[in-house]
Amino acid sequence: MLKAAYEWLDKRLDITPMWRDIADHEVPEHVNPAHHFSAFIYCFGGLTFFIVVIQILSGMFLTMYYVPDIENAWKSVDYLQNEIAFGQIVRGMHHWGASVSIVMLFLHTLRVFFTGSYKHPREFNWVIGMLLFFTMLGLGFTGYLLPWDNKAYFATKVGIEIAASVPVIGSALATFLQGGEVVGAQTLARFFALHVFFLPAALLGLMGAHFFLIRKQGISGPL
Amino acid sequence: MAHNHDGKDKQVHFVGDSRVARRNEKMVPKDYSEFPGKTEAFFPNFLLKEWMVAVVVLVGFMALVMAHEPPLGEQADPTNTGFLPVPDWYFLFLYELLKFKWASGPFVVIGTVVVPGLLFGGLLLAPWLDRGKERRPVKRPVSTGIALLSLLAIVVLTWVAWDEHEKQLASQPKGDSEDAKIVHPEDPAYEIYKNNACVNCHGQKLEGLQGPSLRGIGDAYTTEDILKIINEGKGQMPAGMFQGTEEEKRQLAEWLANQDPPEEKESQQ
Repeated sequence: MLKAAYEWLDKRLDITPMWRDIADHEVPEHVNPAHHFSAFIYCFGGLTFFIVVIQILSGMFLTMYYVPDIENAWKSVDYLQNEIAFGQIVRGMHHWGASVSIVMLFLHTLRVFFTGSYKHPREFNWVIGMLLFFTMLGLGFTGYLLPWDNKAYFATKVGIEIAASVPVIGSALATFLQGGEVVGAQTLARFFALHVFFLPAALLGLMGAHFFLIRKQGISGPL
Repeated sequence: MAHNHDGKDKQVHFVGDSRVARRNEKMVPKDYSEFPGKTEAFFPNFLLKEWMVAVVVLVGFMALVMAHEPPLGEQADPTNTGFLPVPDWYFLFLYELLKFKWASGPFVVIGTVVVPGLLFGGLLLAPWLDRGKERRPVKRPVSTGIALLSLLAIVVLTWVAWDEHEKQLASQPKGDSEDAKIVHPEDPAYEIYKNNACVNCHGQKLEGLQGPSLRGIGDAYTTEDILKIINEGKGQMPAGMFQGTEEEKRQLAEWLANQDPPEEKESQQ
């Protein structure tokens, strides 16, 4: 039945080459933790992706209750954390997942750096990886404001002050982030849009490019 | 465009009705014969193993999530002047960097642009800064050395920033609503405290008035630290405010150093 459905689709769409391109390739021994335990260092990239998936899923559920305006933001977070079934778990996953994804990303970066995997011919994928790193830091910075508690508010205020002290582009950057003269309603709406639409879009695009290049170039050889 | 231009006048086939040329050679999986040892199919063999690693991580992660409630403070109040701002932990090293004299005030551009720019710019351009063929970290000591030094600097700065933040938090006036209770209020040292100038700034119940709260002070300081502060003053606090005998002073410091009540948050809720 399943096979018949697949063949029906395959006849019309020719999907076999597509998934074979994605899935059908050999993985060398030196990155396989089943053969060498020390190869676990090669898992951090995959784990970063795994945590990012957790972040996307938990974030999608959070937006079901979260209200991005200064009157209700904190109240909605308080409500979803304390009144909704599993709300605390979902918010907990998103909150702690933010830190864990940074840790995994950092470990992955260290692995790539210290195994010299960024060298020819993978220079471009390293650059994409660094852009991914910056995008993740941006997600961390914008997401920190959204609960709209004192910690969020004052940390963002300091962050924007730091951005404003950059010469030449500083004040423009601060205005862009703040959406006005003070950290307030505009800032929250803006950070929400950045956190939920712009930066995840960039993240997904960059991750697609990252994986495409890994698939094209293969994983780097053993040291 | 029915012909390609290699001069052989060969017919070109396209994919569907597009203008994408159909390639004759298949996208064959990369040949890993250059690597020694056993290779394994990505799907499903290797992916299954990666998934097992992910499950172990997931169990640990969910344990963390269930053990620690995600923090949510009081609703943001822009008029709150006493709040100590702190960024998320992975920005702490940049935050701490800006506290150096050579990276703040008139030199703030060093802290906001030059150092982070060198760090992140160096990372971004690493493949072109380190172009050697050698991949082993010991065989390229310069890049390994710079990386280790930066790593060390980041760890130390983060730790210093966090430590400083904890200390500042501990020395903030907390008021009566704080959970920490006075330990051993029946101790004669409490009377010594009340009969001295301490009480004017730190409050009848150690709750803090102009000075910081002393409740739970034992978490942050030892008897010797407290004696030193009493003798020499600290911040706003002048030296030599204590009028009693040396013995009373030591008694008081010991009592204060014992002010580290266990957190009772759980049972109160």
